[in-house]
Amino acid sequence: MSEAQDLSLFVRHPSEGVAAMDLVVDGVFCGACIATIEKGLRRQDGVRGARVNLASKRVTVEWDDGALEPPAILERLEALGYPAFPFASGVVDSVEMQAEKRLLRCLGVAAFGAMNVMLLSVSLWAGADSDPNSATRDLFHWLSALVALPTAAYAGLPFFESAAKALRARSLNMDVPISLGVVLALGMSVVQTLAHERDAYFDSAVMLLMFLLAGRFLDRRMRRRTRDFALNLSAIRADRAVKLFEGGEARETPIGAIRPGDLVLVRAGERIAVDGTVEDGRSDIDQSLVTGETAPVAVSPGASVYAGTVNMSGALRVRVQSAASGTLLDEVNGLLVRAVEQRSSYVQLADRAAALYVPVVHVTALATFLGWLAVGAGWQQSLIVAITVLIITCPCALGLAVPAVQVVAAGALFRRGLILNSGEALERLAEADTVVFDKTGTLTQPRPTLANAADIEAADLALAGSLALSSRHPLAKAVAEASGAREPIAVEEVPGQGVSALHCGERVRFGSVTWCEAEADAAPIAAAWPDASLIALRTPERAVVFAVRQSLRPDASSVIADVARNHEIEILSGDRQPAVALVARELGVSRFEAGLKPADKIARLEALAGAGKRTLMVGDGLNDAPALAAAHVSISPISAAHIAQAQADALFLGERLQPVADALSLAATARRLMVENLWLSAVYNLVAVPLAIFGFATPLIAALAMSGSSILVTVNALRARSPSPLAGEGGRAQRSRMRGEASNEAKSNAPEARPLTPDPSPARGEGK
Amino acid sequence: MNVLVYLVPLALALGALGLAAFLWALKHGQFEDLDGAAWRAISDDDLPEEDERS
Repeated sequence: MSEAQDLSLFVRHPSEGVAAMDLVVDGVFCGACIATIEKGLRRQDGVRGARVNLASKRVTVEWDDGALEPPAILERLEALGYPAFPFASGVVDSVEMQAEKRLLRCLGVAAFGAMNVMLLSVSLWAGADSDPNSATRDLFHWLSALVALPTAAYAGLPFFESAAKALRARSLNMDVPISLGVVLALGMSVVQTLAHERDAYFDSAVMLLMFLLAGRFLDRRMRRRTRDFALNLSAIRADRAVKLFEGGEARETPIGAIRPGDLVLVRAGERIAVDGTVEDGRSDIDQSLVTGETAPVAVSPGASVYAGTVNMSGALRVRVQSAASGTLLDEVNGLLVRAVEQRSSYVQLADRAAALYVPVVHVTALATFLGWLAVGAGWQQSLIVAITVLIITCPCALGLAVPAVQVVAAGALFRRGLILNSGEALERLAEADTVVFDKTGTLTQPRPTLANAADIEAADLALAGSLALSSRHPLAKAVAEASGAREPIAVEEVPGQGVSALHCGERVRFGSVTWCEAEADAAPIAAAWPDASLIALRTPERAVVFAVRQSLRPDASSVIADVARNHEIEILSGDRQPAVALVARELGVSRFEAGLKPADKIARLEALAGAGKRTLMVGDGLNDAPALAAAHVSISPISAAHIAQAQADALFLGERLQPVADALSLAATARRLMVENLWLSAVYNLVAVPLAIFGFATPLIAALAMSGSSILVTVNALRARSPSPLAGEGGRAQRSRMRGEASNEAKSNAPEARPLTPDPSPARGEGK
Repeated sequence: MNVLVYLVPLALALGALGLAAFLWALKHGQFEDLDGAAWRAISDDDLPEEDERS
């Protein structure tokens, strides 16, 4: 980077005289990297300490305030071979950390309690209560109470709080029966102990808490890790702008530090990071990420430019209207708010199960109480049996049924290059029956490639390529890439037009079609590639026209064919009709609409929803953001505009579309397993509840049934690792295809996908 | 059965000791980077720097 960087935004001051900064580091994989980075940084003068976090791929550096400039640290890391990106962890992050730590603390306490109470309970079951005057048994019960009551009071708090919140909102969640079960089990056990009775349920209550806390903790940890990963990516891709200061000094500045009214410089080939007005300069702007339209738009002083668009030919000075948080078209923003409101009413499977389950359980308990009264038992005995029913039905397995599947499926998707933004996305994905694709950047690759390479002579291509190497224009880059040229020729750049050079004593030009006087040659090529942008090479004898277009993702047609077997497919694009028609024909998609504005896309989605369809929207552009939010569920590529990413339920990495198909099939598997798990826990209740109702339940039976069903449900959830067995051969072929191509993919993929490749699984080690 | 007077408190105390150790480790951030910890255990950064460079 040529300009000095302004990083003051990212520097923290943990204590007096100490400055600290968090950085996302690219390419940290093993212990050797940790040692290299930490030692390398510590050798730098002024650095107090550096600590690498391998799990989240971040490093925290502390230095004596004023002893060195923050960019020096970035340079040092770069020199060590690890490009780093400053990262503002923010408040949300620490709140999440605290919540996770608290769950882990509760889990530790519950595990301690469960082990010690079990120690006492097992001795009782083994016969320690055989002595006739029950003194030992009472002692053990009292000791159990001594451990179990404080344990439950502390470790149960997350459930009690959540249950109280649900009740205040006049709704029921799974935490209500859990809290009730724990409190009743403990209360009844104390009463039983006072009455020198044989059965006390201290062990069940504490063990229940332990199992459930383990599930909660895994769930939260998975979410945090996938979110960490997404945040890392956003830090790496964080937009910067070159800010022009009063004295004419130019400094590379993170977008967060740019204010309205600032002047920024946008060079040719750069992505514009702000909304603003052009003060000076002329250029063509590629607005495809904003509107989906692939043909560039010419701008001159006074024109408006939007964040997310790419400046193609000349340098621009832009007066900032809004940056950072406000980089949106008002229209998009308004639509977005509305769309989000409409979707927030989704009820998750687990909550639906809870709403069904809780009344049934409570009615059963009440019926048991009345039944025992009716057959002549005392009210005390009837109450005890009724409470036993509640304890036995306490939804241990039910509480694990859904999160366990979510954790495993999210881990499996993560390995296939798909990051879930929310847990309920899986359920909604499984329900989708219609898939709506955006074209530009979603079905096509984000970077353009040369389309008519086959029609161009090798010598012309090589010449054009070596001229193109000197240009930052995206079309030129595509030509240079296709030619494989390595050595640039010395050129003169004509702003906004192209480059010219002396080649073998002759003047050659490479640039816009009009400047190269190649209109006549361009016409047939434009007809053959209606969605391509044209660029020309002019030699004294002839003109050669290159068609550069956004090619389809390499596996687009096979994935579309795959998805089309179970889903209806539609393409909604903001691009021109011929361009969209061409892509649709190539993919064999019969239903498409072109030239759509954001509001039109929403209207179409609403029409589909009105017809009873559940839509999966796959899109990347700023213009897709409202549609992504309005659809039943949505996926974005990682190259998408920030705003689109924020709305999507999931993101996929790399050049391939395969993760979208994987997401659909894995979600179907996951959903089936969730339902299966819910049924498994129901079956457990069918077996255990009659025992409880007729008064045969003992603490031993409760403990065995509870842990047995929890383990069963967890083991069943592990099956979510592989796609649906129903997919049979197809699924297997798909997987082996992916494996075979994995190595090419690593080389050819967008740079952000490779070095950051996370651990094979976010859930790794959690199954142990 | 009198042996219980010693054994039960002993068992609880040992368990509590383990719990205390866990909470201490948690408070000092030892569970924040489990992957890194696995590698740090086998790193040789306790050697003097000169040896290591050779």
